[in-house]
Amino acid sequence: MHTLDIEGEIRSFVITNFLFGQSLDLQPADSLLEKGIIDSTGVLELISFLEDRYAIKVADDEVIPENLDSLRNVAAYLTKKLSSPV
Amino acid sequence: MIRTLLHRGPDAHDAYVCGPVALAHARLSIIDLQGGAQPMSTRDGRLWITFNGEIFNYVELRQELLGKGHHFATRSDTEVILNAYREYGEDCVHHLNGQWAFAIWDEAARKLFLSRDRIGIRPLFYTQTRDSLLFASEIKALLTCRDVPAEIDLQGLDQIFTFWVTLAPRTAFKNILQLPPGCSLTVQGGEVRMRPYWSLSYAESADCGDPDEKVLARELLGLLEDATRIRLRSDVPVGAYLSGGIDSTVITALVKKIANDRLRSFSIAFEDGEFDERRYQEEASGFLHTQHSNVCCAGSDIARVFPEVIWHTEQPVIRTAPAPMFLLSKLVRESGFKVVLTGEGADEVLGGYDIFKEAKIRRFWGRNPESRWRPLLLKRLYPYMENIQRQPVAYLRQFFRITAEDLANPFFSHLPRWHLTAKIKQLFSAEMRDAIAGCDGMGEMASSLPAAYDGWTYFAQAEYLEAKYLLPGYILSSQGDRMGMANSVEGRYPFLDYRVVEFASRLPARTKMKALDQKHLLKEACRGLIPESILSRPKQPYRAPDGKSFFGNTAVEYAEDLLSPAALRENGIFDARAVTLLVDKFRSGRASSTKDNMALVGVLSTQLLAHQFTNESVRESIHAHVGY
Repeated sequence: MHTLDIEGEIRSFVITNFLFGQSLDLQPADSLLEKGIIDSTGVLELISFLEDRYAIKVADDEVIPENLDSLRNVAAYLTKKLSSPV
Repeated sequence: MIRTLLHRGPDAHDAYVCGPVALAHARLSIIDLQGGAQPMSTRDGRLWITFNGEIFNYVELRQELLGKGHHFATRSDTEVILNAYREYGEDCVHHLNGQWAFAIWDEAARKLFLSRDRIGIRPLFYTQTRDSLLFASEIKALLTCRDVPAEIDLQGLDQIFTFWVTLAPRTAFKNILQLPPGCSLTVQGGEVRMRPYWSLSYAESADCGDPDEKVLARELLGLLEDATRIRLRSDVPVGAYLSGGIDSTVITALVKKIANDRLRSFSIAFEDGEFDERRYQEEASGFLHTQHSNVCCAGSDIARVFPEVIWHTEQPVIRTAPAPMFLLSKLVRESGFKVVLTGEGADEVLGGYDIFKEAKIRRFWGRNPESRWRPLLLKRLYPYMENIQRQPVAYLRQFFRITAEDLANPFFSHLPRWHLTAKIKQLFSAEMRDAIAGCDGMGEMASSLPAAYDGWTYFAQAEYLEAKYLLPGYILSSQGDRMGMANSVEGRYPFLDYRVVEFASRLPARTKMKALDQKHLLKEACRGLIPESILSRPKQPYRAPDGKSFFGNTAVEYAEDLLSPAALRENGIFDARAVTLLVDKFRSGRASSTKDNMALVGVLSTQLLAHQFTNESVRESIHAHVGY
């Protein structure tokens, strides 16, 4: 799956799930936490979605803002994760 | 009007009409069952009163007034207010220790005098029409008058979806006001004048000194014991709420110590173990030898009674927590009790809330924002919340992140809560957003802060925000008075005796929270009085199952209807598409966050409020129901 497609899917999930349909001009590099889009427990919902949708397992030490705090970071993390051998 | 309030006073009701004034009263007979009927007048007929509440020091005040030559025809506390007013005029309120909302008509002066207790335990609403001022204990009584329109106050909603409460005197209804706690209102010669007679005040940070903790603990216990003693004054049996926490256990223990009889205690249990505290309730009850009963509450119970709950709260809520309180007061009433003592207020006045601890940690961390280990303390904040415990520290850091501006903000302690709550406004419709575009609740609050606020400790500032706003606006109303009175049950709160409140406000912050030990002085004061296991247990704030109660196996038809796009569009407050996405999230079982739960309960309760109070056909049926 192409990184841009993944980014589109993540974007769609974030807008539906956290913004209730309002895109708020969400940019790929925007920090989801700093923009107040993901609340204190939202990251857990994001992880559940990633694990269910892409059949991966997000390790505890991977749950860091560098991997999950923007659409671009999530897409890059996922692309890398999906391309690495299990 | 009075017929809508018979749940507050089912024992008798009457009215007095004289010239321009009409007073009505629905009585819950508690003191002087034979002689306390209202409206009541002085012997000369000059003063008339209608009064909801209790004056706990009426015995001493009666004695004092007898000494000054006043006469009494009854043993009631109502007559004590009348004579206190005759003796002290409007300053009579300074002599009262209790919880009240009353109106006195002074026939000679042609003056109406309304007053509400210091803390805001009993409610008092009013509105002005073209030619009259109407007042009542609940808004629904005012709405029975056809020239009082029932319109949701959009600015009030904006405030509720930030602070959980409206900023008094504003309410959730347009042009209907509440008399703020600690205020009186006079109507005379066509003029309406509001005057505060008491306000919360805290020691300046430099004034605290280094008092002996043991001495303070003894003084606190003495005050609490006396506050409990006078709150046992009643001509009907008195029970106690026993939640399993420190506060209600202390009060129950003091009742046992003073009255030493077979006390009845009551509590809420939950089917869901995350919220249930039965283990501690049974332990406290066993230790104190009370005859204990509980009502076990499931999500389906919450969903079942929620419309009735909102009928009584008369404002949107963002937690379902009032619903179990409604079921609890029902149990109390069905057990033959009208009066209960509770531990309410201890968290506000003696430093019990997690928000105080959270603010302390955030400020400690703010002194060294780069510290890697300081944010780890955040994990200790909410040991009872699974979601928080599962969160990676990196994300907790981000959520509770502190900026230099935040540290300088007068509302520092409450910013995370208010910002989180305000996210619900994402669900507002475009029209609603336009309507509230110019609203600045935080600015309004900032401009009403007392001049001394900046000189108080950070801890006192946080306490003030809780006690001034959330306590009267939500805890004592939506969870307190309104849920008790829905079933004709009166709550009494020794921790909110003004002597306890004033004593506590002078205490150094470190005696209330020592390091991160909440209610430290209270624990020291009641060591030996209650079980050690309860004294040392981790704090578990009262919470109830939220949004998921309305879906799945416990789904209710009214929620389906009121959350439908058509119903949402009809009221126009919320964006139908956005709410549908939220509802889908609950239906699919994906919703778990605090924000989602608050949003769902907030939307549903607002829809219920609009439906029950402003929908014309529903209003008609209410009029028909009460005989108008």
